[in-house]
Amino acid sequence: MNIKFTINNKPVSIDIEDENTPLLWVVRDILDLKGTKFGCGKAACGACTLHVDDVAVRSCSYAVKFAKDKNVTTIEGLGDVENPHPVQQAWIEEVVPQCGYCQPGFMMATAALLKENPNPTDEDIDKNIINICRCATYYRMRKAIHRAAELTQESKN
Amino acid sequence: MKTTKINYLIPLLLISGILIASNYSSSFNEYISIEKKTLNSSENKDNFTKMMDVLTHPRCMNCHPSDNVPKQGIDSHPHYFGMEGGEKDQGFKATKCATCHQKENNNFSGVPGAPHWGLAPQSMAWKGLTRQEIAAVILNPEKNGGKDHKGVIKHLTEDDLVLWAWNPGVDAAGNKREKPPISEEEFKKVVKEWFADGAIIPEN
Repeated sequence: MNIKFTINNKPVSIDIEDENTPLLWVVRDILDLKGTKFGCGKAACGACTLHVDDVAVRSCSYAVKFAKDKNVTTIEGLGDVENPHPVQQAWIEEVVPQCGYCQPGFMMATAALLKENPNPTDEDIDKNIINICRCATYYRMRKAIHRAAELTQESKN
Repeated sequence: MKTTKINYLIPLLLISGILIASNYSSSFNEYISIEKKTLNSSENKDNFTKMMDVLTHPRCMNCHPSDNVPKQGIDSHPHYFGMEGGEKDQGFKATKCATCHQKENNNFSGVPGAPHWGLAPQSMAWKGLTRQEIAAVILNPEKNGGKDHKGVIKHLTEDDLVLWAWNPGVDAAGNKREKPPISEEEFKKVVKEWFADGAIIPEN
């Protein structure tokens, strides 16, 4: 079947045999956007987090048919080298990643959080950022999330 | 003189009291006997038992917690990752139920799904209540979202999220989730019959 949606502001049309194929595999294998990672495959670790209509979802557990006519944003669409998203900028400033594998998922989850809550407390972070990092970069991530909130505010002023 | 008057008054009051008490106890006994007659209806009790066998099964109970924490699995352990119902029973602001749960089960990830996936409101918390108390909550419009009997029947027999219990999908390891102890058809039948019989809550 054919499914149309927008990814990182570009309209795409894909032909796929199984409409229940996880969006993750369509993004990575068909659209060749490798920033979104496969971690656990059971919506537990959050490495595959991306946005559908600005809401964070676990793409390993999101059938591509549900993306029809929606706007999908991956880490590649969050910002770029010239114009990084405040979350990406904060991640660079705080030198957050160690191995880096899970970081795109964390950054997408953080961007979704800041959209809903521009100045999250530590408790808000604990409740909303529940991804898993085997390198245990949680301390630096917490700092980066607060820094991203500051950068977002500064960009608005 | 005063003592004599009191001596007459005491038996008079006693007799009056006995007469009044006997009248009241007669009507009270009558009331009890009517209720008992209804409660002894084995068919009503059977329907109630079967209905409650389903509603107290983890497939239903896991989303009717009393601590705002969804439960998972047949052992009803707290939902992983510290998830809670949040302010609107749909999770936290950015990490919601819908972050992982979609409109239908996902057999790739083993994540269950159904329309409007979320926790029951706290007014419909069942965990820790007896079957009779759960039934009373279900029938109470102040706790059930303003539903009359017709509304409750519709919720129990037509709501996609309720009926998901009979289509619970597979877990992350591909194992089929346990379904409630009676079939979907029988559940719908006993619910409708129990309400048609007056939705009487048996004593036990």
